[in-house]
Amino acid sequence: MFAYVVRRLFSGVVMLLVMSFVTILLFFSAPVDPARQMCGKSCTPERIEQTRKALGYDKPPTTQWAAFVKGVVVGRDYPADEQMRKEAPQNVVHCSAPCLGYSTVSQQMVASAVGSHVPVSASLALCAFVMWIIAGVVLGVIAALFKGTVLDRTIVGASLLFYAFPTFALALGIYTFFALTPFPGLGHPLFPIPNYTPISQGGVWTWFVNLLLPAFTLALVFIAGYVRITRSFVLESGQEDYIRTAKAKGLESRRILLKHTMRAALTPIVTIAGLDLGGLLGGAIITEKIFNYPGLGKLAFDSTVNYDLPIIVGIVLVAASFVIVANLVVDILYAVIDPRVKYS
Amino acid sequence: MTSASTSTETHTWQASGDDAQPLLSVRELRVHFPTEDGIVKSVDDLSFDLGQGKTLGIVGESGSGKSVTSQAIMGLHRGTRARVSGHILFDGVDLLQISDSELRKRRGRDIAMVFQDPLSALHPYYTVGNQLAEAYRVHHDVSKAAAKTRVVEMLERVGIPSPQTRVDNYPHEFSGGMRQRAMIAMALINDPRLIIADEPTTALDVTVQAQILDLLVGLQKEFGSSIIIITHDLGVVAEMADDILVMYGGKAVERGDADTIFYNPEHPYAWGLLASMPRMDRLRTDRLRPIAGNPPSLINLPSGCAFHPRCVYASDELGCREIVPPFENESEHPVRCLIPHEERLSIFETKVRPTL
Amino acid sequence: MSSTTTEHRREFGEHPDRGGKPLGESILKVTGLKKHFPRKTRGLIPRADSPVKAVDGISFELHRGETLGIVGESGCGKSTAGRTVLQLLAPTGGTIEYLGEDITGVKGAKWRRLRTEMQMVFQDPYGSLNPRQTVGAIVGAPFHIQGIKPPKGVKAEVQDLLARVGLNPEHYNRYPHEFSGGQRQRIGIARAIALRPNVIVCDEPVSALDVSIQAQVVNLLEDLQNEFDLTYVFIAHDLSVVRHISDRVAVMYLGKVMEVADRDELYANPQHPYTQALLSAVPLPDPRKENKRDRILLTGDLPSPINPPSGCVFHTRCPKFRMELSDADKARCTGEIPQQREIAPMHEVACHFPGAPKVEILELEEVPEAPPELLAEIEEVAPPFAEPELLPIGDQDLEADEGRDPTS
Ligand SMILES: Nc1ncnc2c1ncn2[C@@H]1O[C@H](COP(=O)(O)OP(=O)(O)OP(=O)(O)O)[C@@H](O)[C@H]1O
Ligand SMILES: Nc1ncnc2c1ncn2[C@@H]1O[C@H](COP(=O)(O)OP(=O)(O)O)[C@@H](O)[C@H]1O
Ligand code: SF4
Ligand code: SF4
Ligand SMILES: [Mg+2]
Ligand SMILES: [Mg+2]
Repeated sequence: MFAYVVRRLFSGVVMLLVMSFVTILLFFSAPVDPARQMCGKSCTPERIEQTRKALGYDKPPTTQWAAFVKGVVVGRDYPADEQMRKEAPQNVVHCSAPCLGYSTVSQQMVASAVGSHVPVSASLALCAFVMWIIAGVVLGVIAALFKGTVLDRTIVGASLLFYAFPTFALALGIYTFFALTPFPGLGHPLFPIPNYTPISQGGVWTWFVNLLLPAFTLALVFIAGYVRITRSFVLESGQEDYIRTAKAKGLESRRILLKHTMRAALTPIVTIAGLDLGGLLGGAIITEKIFNYPGLGKLAFDSTVNYDLPIIVGIVLVAASFVIVANLVVDILYAVIDPRVKYS
Repeated sequence: MTSASTSTETHTWQASGDDAQPLLSVRELRVHFPTEDGIVKSVDDLSFDLGQGKTLGIVGESGSGKSVTSQAIMGLHRGTRARVSGHILFDGVDLLQISDSELRKRRGRDIAMVFQDPLSALHPYYTVGNQLAEAYRVHHDVSKAAAKTRVVEMLERVGIPSPQTRVDNYPHEFSGGMRQRAMIAMALINDPRLIIADEPTTALDVTVQAQILDLLVGLQKEFGSSIIIITHDLGVVAEMADDILVMYGGKAVERGDADTIFYNPEHPYAWGLLASMPRMDRLRTDRLRPIAGNPPSLINLPSGCAFHPRCVYASDELGCREIVPPFENESEHPVRCLIPHEERLSIFETKVRPTL
Repeated sequence: MSSTTTEHRREFGEHPDRGGKPLGESILKVTGLKKHFPRKTRGLIPRADSPVKAVDGISFELHRGETLGIVGESGCGKSTAGRTVLQLLAPTGGTIEYLGEDITGVKGAKWRRLRTEMQMVFQDPYGSLNPRQTVGAIVGAPFHIQGIKPPKGVKAEVQDLLARVGLNPEHYNRYPHEFSGGQRQRIGIARAIALRPNVIVCDEPVSALDVSIQAQVVNLLEDLQNEFDLTYVFIAHDLSVVRHISDRVAVMYLGKVMEVADRDELYANPQHPYTQALLSAVPLPDPRKENKRDRILLTGDLPSPINPPSGCVFHTRCPKFRMELSDADKARCTGEIPQQREIAPMHEVACHFPGAPKVEILELEEVPEAPPELLAEIEEVAPPFAEPELLPIGDQDLEADEGRDPTS
């Protein structure tokens, strides 16, 4: 098992290396000159040249990539050019260990920019995750138990409807209806305008209340898959021989559902849940943008608009790591859930 | 070395003795499944009795309704689209009439089941011990520790080596034979009065099959349970059964004690089955004589006698294509065939027996 | 009532089908055949582990027109042996001679030519046919693959083949799911005989079929054998079917042949403790005999072919070893691998202590011959209301629902 995890992590690292190289190549071939961007309107060719050197953009892509990788592992110093560092040692800035580069547009270290947005996206993702998993599984079970009835059709239909709705429309609708329009009979909107407050500042309740609307939006988007999987699994497992055995023992149907069916349904649910969560940790672009939530998604959106390539590279790598880790966690969970799975 | 034998005494159909009521009495059982293509009449007008401590073998081709019958007795069709009608009297109580909770109390305690494929019939994610203990604790209010003691005892009883440690294994860690032993242990854990074994050895090798059948017979003697053994293997029923019920197309076509069915069968389908079987115990090996054609579709069951498209004795004088032959349930040896009894006997003696 | 005396054997030991006919030319000679499947443990550093010894040194010889039955418990290497003989799997050791020529490990064009001479029929009539191909395409495929053009054209030839195996030639354009299990097995057989091979390996061809349908397919295989002078390797676990169809029978256990002999000799006079246990385990379709019969019950489970027991692979379950042998003899069983050796003409056993069993395990019953005129009459009478052969469409989904197990 341990060897398996190590091997998987190793292949994950290789994947990240390849990804970083590809993004740097793309970066290199981009039509914008980051040095030029940084140096503003009144810019001389010398200053551009100097900036370029300071950031290391004068080097070939392989060298840049090597410097980038070194920065991620042990940190690096700016200016990148050795000569410049020697000439003005007082200006040397150290970018410490997971150094993802320097953004010329927003004039800050990528790692700190990305790092400050991660908790926001993580809060959002986790909160939404809990909502959709609980609601999705419960609704799926209900739909299965009442298969073919109006209740079943309503649940399946509604979840599909939310799934089919464009996210931005859903987000806008929820935002307008719950946070902007006065709630009937209340005189003011039901929720405050969501404004991310870290737990350290406003405590758990404030953090949570501010999270509710965007998380709810995301949960609505994701819920359909879980309703469907749970429903079809509960229905299918009715045909499974071991469920028949459980019935033949004289167990109550509630116990059969909770102990036998749901345990078996865990595998498919964990699979999609892990991947969905891993993906979402990398930011929910539309939802965050519309609720003006300062997460990775919004950062990605803004950086794209501003052509802030270093930040985009940083986000890509961070998001990719989340997905890789989520994948690994899912695979490890398989072995926990299913005694037949053994990694050697 | 054991000889797995069943009693040789001849007995009448009221197998359980003179005036004792049978343990199980099935009357006019029908199980129909409405499907998009039409109604599947999986079991149609099935009746039989089973005495205390006796073994009934149900034989028939695949799709003849054997498993559906056994599931009906367990009430496993409740809550599905299946339409079940008739009477299943168990110890005088109609299992089709009682409430779900009443039925649940009997399932696993009075009537237990052994399924064909023990790997898929056990939950892959729980240990064997967990699943057996659960079967015990549904019907007995005991502690986990007490249940475990009982489970180990039962595993030992069915011949699982080192049951103390094996109890914590998962089903996939057992061999096929051990899994089926565990299933039997699970079925017997509450001392049921009736065990339904649906093809309990079909998935097993012959040497393991011999062990399992031997185990079943031994345990039956010890516990005095009645057994319904469902199989398509005539050898298995010959070894196990006191009485035999032959099914075809969802209906019983012949029923009698084992000796009668093997030595004096009267239904053309039973003749066909015996003729088509290669015999390991006979020196003569001429050509096999199969039954022509294919088993019927239960949606479009042939009119009249369902066997008529494959029956060489079918004729319009008899009305084989129009009349559904009756099944005289109360008789000792009912046969669902329109040929008159005397004539059946003479056909069997002159044309069939010499070639068997 | 039968006995297992020599005279008796001689009397009934002839193959009724062969009728004392001399043996045909030797068509297949397998010597010391081995097939091991390597197992790789995947760790940080993958390493080769001890292999699965699926087939571990088997030998047999087969003559033209004969059928060799291979029996044994699940996992003992029957299918692997069949596939390796056909060179569908590369053997790990040993030789295979076909018509006197060593064909072990042939490649390329030679291998391809071998495919026209040796064919295979599979157990699973549901899984072995491509559901998206028509019956015509399935049965015609060997012609296209081998680039052979039959004189009348592929379609006419395929229709002849379909008729030959008892299917309606007009069903050329139907798909496998429209046929019942027995009919699907006929399609597989038509495909196998398409190129007029010499040898067909039948891997459990009737195991998935109902008794009444089994007999149809067995008869078909016998007819084809007579018509085309085919040689069969017939793999099965049903000892009754094997007794019916085979001329010679090999009993396998854990990748090795325990005993191989002519059919009647093997059933009347089994010498290996495993053969005896196997025969005694089969329940006979006869309640009176069953009531009187003694069983040799094996204990324990089949050991793993990865780690077979030392010496005689059967010693962990051998009743003779357990109950009859002295400690010195036991040491021989656990220490020395018994070789396949001839103890009587055409009767080979791999056991240090072969011999007749203590109890009678199979009472071979003599029954009077069926009156020939009666058999002829039966042969002629067809059911008056026989239905067209094809399954009604619409029944199929139900079958799929039920899964593939025809016995369920
Ligand atoms: N490709 C393979 N890789 C590894 N092991 C294999 C492979 N194919 C077969 N084996 C192993 O070889 C042994 C013999 O297998 P084989 O399929 O020949 O058995 P069999 O006698 O045909 O059994 P059955 O009656 O179940 O068909 C088994 O232990 C099996 O697990
Ligand atoms: N849930 C179901 N819905 C529709 N048809 C069914 C269902 N269960 C069984 N059947 C049909 O009932 C018939 C009898 O099935 P079964 O009792 O399993 O046969 P067997 O005699 O092989 O055990 C089959 O044709 C099968 O397709
Ligand atoms: S009723 Fe007619 S068709 Fe049916 S079994 Fe008897 S003779 Fe045959
Ligand atoms: S060699 Fe020994 S252990 Fe093996 S079969 Fe013969 S007697 Fe039994
Ligand atoms: Mg096989
Ligand atoms: Mg069945």
